[in-house]
Amino acid sequence: MASKLSEFTKGIIKENPTYVQVLGMCPTLATTTSAKNGFGMGIAATVVLVMSNVVISAIRKTVPEKIRIPIFITVIATFVTIVDLLMHAFTYDLWKTLGLFIPLIVVNCIIMGRAEAYASKHGIVNSLLDGLGMGVGFTLSLTLLGSIRELLGNGTVFDVNVWGKAFNMFVMILPPGAYLTLGLLAALFAAIAINKEEKAKKQAQVSQTQKAGDVK
Amino acid sequence: MKLFLILLSAMLINNYVFIRFLGICPFLGVSKRVSTALGMGVAVIFVLVMSSAISWLLDLLLIALKLEFLRTIVFILVIATFVQFVEMFLKKNNPTLYEALGIYLPLITTNCIILGIAIVNSLSKYNLLEAIFNSLGAGVGFLIALIIFATIRERMELYDIPKPFQNLPISMITASLLSLAFMGFQGMIK
Repeated sequence: MASKLSEFTKGIIKENPTYVQVLGMCPTLATTTSAKNGFGMGIAATVVLVMSNVVISAIRKTVPEKIRIPIFITVIATFVTIVDLLMHAFTYDLWKTLGLFIPLIVVNCIIMGRAEAYASKHGIVNSLLDGLGMGVGFTLSLTLLGSIRELLGNGTVFDVNVWGKAFNMFVMILPPGAYLTLGLLAALFAAIAINKEEKAKKQAQVSQTQKAGDVK
Repeated sequence: MKLFLILLSAMLINNYVFIRFLGICPFLGVSKRVSTALGMGVAVIFVLVMSSAISWLLDLLLIALKLEFLRTIVFILVIATFVQFVEMFLKKNNPTLYEALGIYLPLITTNCIILGIAIVNSLSKYNLLEAIFNSLGAGVGFLIALIIFATIRERMELYDIPKPFQNLPISMITASLLSLAFMGFQGMIK
């Protein structure tokens, strides 16, 4: 059970698709103009990721090795079309803002990457959990990025007023803000990781000297 | 005149890398050396123009058959097949060019700028010539962005960058400044 749980949680922090694996950068940068858009994009990608992971895992034994990539692409493109039509029908405003980036989920490296690296080698349940975990990780990263940009650029988060017009940097909603926020966030996560590593090293050193002292 | 405006707009004003965020993966991946950036850029221009012409023709067929909802599936399959075909053709007929573009060709299939432009052309209802100019502009814009970025990154390797900022974060911040510069082109055509 613990291993099943880790299939799910690894995508959220340890192998986070955005900040650790640096995959799927185009939608990450383009659709995070607000928390809502980032969240919507994340959910759309998650649905495609989970469905395609399940189907690819189910057909993995019948697919010939040499033509697996075109088959995977067809499966992914089918689900993207379904999501595209569903969003057109039920969330028209979001569909309009995300626009081009919904069909472009097809070429999102995360989805193809998971299909190739995970779903084509593992069972259905594990692939489902893997897809769900990666999707949630992607959605969280996008929502975080979107919230920060919306807060700094427009003074709101999820359209809820935080500080209104008092402190607005409009550039954060424009393209340069996307690169800047992602760069600073990535630096922050790298700094945390480096900090942890150094602490672990220090502790290892301390315990080693203690052991050496015991021997003496 | 309209063709020129489309070309200029795709190349600079709405630069697909800095303003519209298409093709970021290869932009970050192969921009460490100017020579590889050049190879990738040229390969992208070639595939982009050819594939957008093909997908424009296919789009006519899809519209005639009222199957527009199949656009994504049809386009991506055509692009993937086309890239494979180009690879095989070059290998057989022009080994020098194949050697030069070699590793970049398969990477192009997953470059979202190719599918992105095909869809943009279809959504903006461009005619064939306009579609070709749009994709040419996008390709050249991609090449420009890649080369500028690679030049900066080559120099950046010599600098002492704080540890958390190394690699991705500093590249992102550089891209942010470049994007800001490219925004200066906005309002050039009104």
